[in-house]
Amino acid sequence: MPDHLPPVPPPTAPAVPPHGRRPDDAELIRDPLVEVQGLAKYFDVSKPFLNRVFEGAPRRLLRAVDGVDIKIPRGETFSLVGESGCGKSTVARTIVGLYRPSRGTVMFEGTDLATLTRRAARMPFHRRVQMIFQDPFASLNPRWRVLDIIAEPIRAHRLAKSAQEVRERVAELLTQVKLTARDGEKFPHEFSGGQRQRISIARALASNPDFLVCDEPTSALDVSVQAQILNLMKDLQRELGLTYLFISHNLAAVYHVSDWVGVMYLGRVVEWGAKRTVFSTPRHPYTRMLLDTIPDITMSGRERMPVGGEVPNPIDPPPGCPFHPRCPHANERCVAELPASKVSEQGSHVACHGVEEGRIPTHAAPGAKVGLGKG
Amino acid sequence: MALLEVDNLRVEFPTRRGTLVAVDDVSFAIDEGEVLGVVGESGAGKSLTGTAIIGLLEPPGRVAGGEIRLEGKRIDKLPPDQMRRIRGAKIGAIFQDPLTSLNPLYRIGTQIVETVLTHTDLTPTKARMRALELLKEVGIPAAEHRIDHYPHQLSGGMRQRVVIALALCANPRLIIADEPTTALDVSIQAQILALLRRLGRDHGTAVMLVTHDMGVIAETAHRVAVMYAGRIAEIGAVRQVVGRPRHPYTVGLMGSIPAVGRDQERLTQIDGAMPRLTDIPRGCAFNPRCPHAFDRCFADRPDPIAMADGKVACWRFDQAEAAAEVGHA
Repeated sequence: MPDHLPPVPPPTAPAVPPHGRRPDDAELIRDPLVEVQGLAKYFDVSKPFLNRVFEGAPRRLLRAVDGVDIKIPRGETFSLVGESGCGKSTVARTIVGLYRPSRGTVMFEGTDLATLTRRAARMPFHRRVQMIFQDPFASLNPRWRVLDIIAEPIRAHRLAKSAQEVRERVAELLTQVKLTARDGEKFPHEFSGGQRQRISIARALASNPDFLVCDEPTSALDVSVQAQILNLMKDLQRELGLTYLFISHNLAAVYHVSDWVGVMYLGRVVEWGAKRTVFSTPRHPYTRMLLDTIPDITMSGRERMPVGGEVPNPIDPPPGCPFHPRCPHANERCVAELPASKVSEQGSHVACHGVEEGRIPTHAAPGAKVGLGKG
Repeated sequence: MALLEVDNLRVEFPTRRGTLVAVDDVSFAIDEGEVLGVVGESGAGKSLTGTAIIGLLEPPGRVAGGEIRLEGKRIDKLPPDQMRRIRGAKIGAIFQDPLTSLNPLYRIGTQIVETVLTHTDLTPTKARMRALELLKEVGIPAAEHRIDHYPHQLSGGMRQRVVIALALCANPRLIIADEPTTALDVSIQAQILALLRRLGRDHGTAVMLVTHDMGVIAETAHRVAVMYAGRIAEIGAVRQVVGRPRHPYTVGLMGSIPAVGRDQERLTQIDGAMPRLTDIPRGCAFNPRCPHAFDRCFADRPDPIAMADGKVACWRFDQAEAAAEVGHA
């Protein structure tokens, strides 16, 4: 392996012609709403103290997230995608402040969240960042009326002066998510899964946020209901100028909603960039593998490439590149050395020795199927 | 003669407030080596159809009408002990959550051997060899080693393979797979579906694949039945139903699925939700959500109408038009 690596070409003209309003180059995110640098979150999963003393059991850390750098531009949708256990939900929860990062920083409009130590200083941030959870059956208090569920953020942030004003605001929110004001009197059990997810969205919108973190918002829903919720989310984004961080394992849903995509594997973002770049010219072998596993609904007769192996245990990740045991292109360097994220010719950020050294050809089979023809 | 024939199946749940009809007038057949996909949203009755066939309906649910025939013999009226002999021997079942299908207290080898001994007259030694063979067949690496593991030591994909191995113990003629890949990651999903397809090809096993995922159906099934509110809305060859859906519900369902490479601002949206069993509307159950509903849809319930190579339960395709389309095709 030569020590001198070929220089990474500077991010020049976007490789994919601009189809919309912006060129496909992540470097062009000038003023990100959220910027995550070197984010890591470790969980201590050691045995209890006495077991460690008497049995000599070592401390064990689960590295759920281990070095994530992403930027989320204002008014757009950034998706994190990956298989279960890859750390995408942990990233989401750390960004909203539910977890304290073990390392790294989360910047919201240029302010490092770690510097907001006092509750009073954090409150404006919490008002502006809200979250939607996966399971609409678990995320709504069954003993509260919908009115109170949605009013809670309004009351917590003192956004209304009178009880009357709270009620009016809740009615407005309910209509915004295509329910009726009368639904506020009901309890969550009176609603279907899709309607409950609308209530979650209304609650998230109650504090006039700028940034919504949606953790698998449609995974528990049927496809026709998923379509309703995804359409609603897009409408709200247009009306209110919201920025989304969308967490999902469903690549098709991600393709539909996103402007930017990050692919996670074992706590790291292995590839991220503009949606079109990542889907049409995936560079990282794991991204290609994921794209290959999408069930083919167009009935082109394409056999899915059966992928061997499974995601390793994050408590005991493989050395070097975490993907090397499953990677068809792995060599000695991949086993020994962790790849850093580099900008590829396409403008996406890829953490792969093979891509960096030019060992992996640019074009991947699944890219052919992504319709970039229409412009 | 088809391997499995279901005619006018009706499943009811008597309740204090009246009888709920969860599955109504469902008819289909599965040939040897064929994979029939049954697709629908939650509450459509697809899982109940499967459980009715293997005779595992939870009381008070019961088969209230129709016939289920396996290899030409009726199995819906069999006494429990006879049905138990058919279950496992002739019909295997795979459920969504592999962890609840396996006993956490026994090694997987023990569980497979027990099933093999129940349904065949092999000796215990031979049965263990058969268990090993089965584990290899479903693609468990280092099967000699894994056979002595407990379920918790295996990953989700491996557990689902063990469940499939259990279903295969007695070489059943039919496998009912109820959401077999829903709890699994996409990469593992592809492996399991490839395995199901291979069973049909190599052993002539018929598979009834119950799922909500059209993508899974499109690449695995030969024919597909779309269920809505307890009835079959459309049934036919998978190319036909997925590629040229006819029933307005299928059309909406296909349009509501996002696809990689399909750029669209909004997904096709079917407003509303599937009716609850307590208030299924008069006429066609889909009429409140149907963009094409006309007066007849609100009055009469449509029966499946034979079309080119399938059936559609929609008044828009009543005899005259259906004949015209068949002639056209």
